[in-house]
Amino acid sequence: MLEINNLHVKLEEEDKVILRGVDLKIGPGEVHAIMGPNGSGKSTLSYVLSGRDGYEVTEGSATLEGAELLEMEPEERAAAGLFLAFQYPVEIPGVGNMTFLRTALNAQRKARGEDELSAGDFLKLVREKAKTLKIDADMLKRPVNVGFSGGEKKRNEILQMAVLEPRMCILDETDSGLDVDAMKLVADGVNALRDAGRSFLVITHYQRLLDHIKPDVVHIMAAGRIVKTGGPDLALEVENNGYADILAEVQ
Amino acid sequence: MALPQAKQDALAARIAGLTLPQGGWLGAARAEALARLTAMGLPGKRDEYWRYTDPSALVAPAAPKAALFDPGDERPAFDGIDRVKLVFTDGVFDAAASDDPALAGVEIERLAKAGGADIHWAQGLYGVLEARGQVPVARPLAALNSAFATDGVLIRVTGRASKPVSLIYRHESETSDAILHHCVKVESGAEFTLLESGPAAARFCKVLEVEVADGARFHHIRAQGRDHERRAVTHVFARLGEGSLFKSFTLTANGRMTRNEAVLELTGDDAVAHVAGASMGDGEFHHDDTVFVTHAAERCESRQVFKKVLKNGAVGVFQGKILVKPGAQKTDGYQISQSLLLDEDSQFLAKPELEIYADDVKCSHGSTSGAIDETALYYLRSRGVPLRQAQALLVLAFLAEAIAEIEDEAIADDIRSRLEGWLDRHAH
Repeated sequence: MLEINNLHVKLEEEDKVILRGVDLKIGPGEVHAIMGPNGSGKSTLSYVLSGRDGYEVTEGSATLEGAELLEMEPEERAAAGLFLAFQYPVEIPGVGNMTFLRTALNAQRKARGEDELSAGDFLKLVREKAKTLKIDADMLKRPVNVGFSGGEKKRNEILQMAVLEPRMCILDETDSGLDVDAMKLVADGVNALRDAGRSFLVITHYQRLLDHIKPDVVHIMAAGRIVKTGGPDLALEVENNGYADILAEVQ
Repeated sequence: MALPQAKQDALAARIAGLTLPQGGWLGAARAEALARLTAMGLPGKRDEYWRYTDPSALVAPAAPKAALFDPGDERPAFDGIDRVKLVFTDGVFDAAASDDPALAGVEIERLAKAGGADIHWAQGLYGVLEARGQVPVARPLAALNSAFATDGVLIRVTGRASKPVSLIYRHESETSDAILHHCVKVESGAEFTLLESGPAAARFCKVLEVEVADGARFHHIRAQGRDHERRAVTHVFARLGEGSLFKSFTLTANGRMTRNEAVLELTGDDAVAHVAGASMGDGEFHHDDTVFVTHAAERCESRQVFKKVLKNGAVGVFQGKILVKPGAQKTDGYQISQSLLLDEDSQFLAKPELEIYADDVKCSHGSTSGAIDETALYYLRSRGVPLRQAQALLVLAFLAEAIAEIEDEAIADDIRSRLEGWLDRHAH
């Protein structure tokens, strides 16, 4: 599904290297988690994959189902099936949540040569998805993320994911700022989307999200590289002992 | 103080080719307006309220030539709205192209025809609100209009109009110099919607005087443009009675020079006045909104919402004032002027003013100017919305607060689709 080879990335405006040779391969239906200390490059990896400005790829490649991701515009990546659930979802005053969702869905369908969804079909689809995430009609009507609580914003990200049905989902610290109940709600939303054709990359600081979204593979990222890969137990090890032991071990 | 010789000469040159129709109540009103104009002289660049907008094209003896505009495949404004159409071609009423005015269920008379009578309801309105609006800020081009207007309509509404009246302007001569003056009187408890659209002339000077009586409601929606070369100065003077409502929205697309003045006076308690504008300029575009709202009664509400989208060196100006007179307690005044600069060449000049002589009031104002939000743009694109569509969505979001001032959803949709069309044509 997603294959990253020797990815090197620096900030465009300064000489700061952030990723120093990331290798990662995620197969169809797999759930991978990336953990790592602050500043290790986890969020940068998610931004570079989704096409945010301000980063320069100096070496390496990233492909989504064989298609070269890094050469595509952000909207092309989305249409190709990539989705990033933002750590800090963006507020867009003046654009209604429904308008936003419908515009996004129809733009992707159009880009893929599919028919646009009618207003009625779209409404039905959103209502059904929103219900399971406990998103009420009011949240759908309000401007995108404006005045949403932290939990509402994250649920809104998952709603977008559910409606857009991407094949490769990246969750960037989706658990940050959530209380236990909200985290469970979000995790349930993610789990409902798990299937053999859809892969996930879950970026998190904490094991507790991985109690709800069970990963197949766990990676530890440090100083811009993946330094250790293992099974779900690796996350427990981090939770119990911190990163120090692992980092000492790989050095 | 006598007017400087240069100003006297400029005025003489400007009005040399104009005729002052005599006789009837209107002749008297025109003579008074000419006296006001003669005392003021024409505006110059050094006048306080013309510092950001060069009036030279507006005061020149002859209208600068303006190429005719081909709207291409764009539908005319308000196309799908059931309305009574009154057409003015280069500033002259065109009966053949117009609907039967009687269909609107209101009294409509042509200015020239009504003016000859000895007495007329419009006597209390024509030039009267304009004259009141000359203090404390002089508006000489409005006085010039009252004196020399060549055409216009007088509309009196006593009940609920059966449909909106739509003034449609057509520009067919490259050198036309139109001066139109309309009066609208919405009697107590009545309700009326006035629409205006289309390129009017190479140079256009317009005055609209509106009296909204106690408990009456007046809605005004206009779509200016999309002619690129026009020079226009328009004025709306309105006086609001107790518990009345006045709402005016203007879409301005293109135009080398457009100055829209709104002078609103809330004279009855509990009146509501909203004036809003959305303007879009690309390249040679100068757009000026000059607004003066006077609160002279208690518990009145006023809103000024002006949004401008500017690119390629376009210039936007906003001069907005709220004056709260002594005793106008519980006034709720709001003013916002914002510009979205789509590149670094464009310019927005804003002069918000508050002058308050009552102690129990709520007045707020804000003015901002900024670029499109790159983070929001990235967020939209990351969800699959293509760049141009994402930009258009954000521009429309920026304008939304102004468009929200249009109460009629069908008319708001019409305005929105025109904005979308403009953005599509002017995308990078």
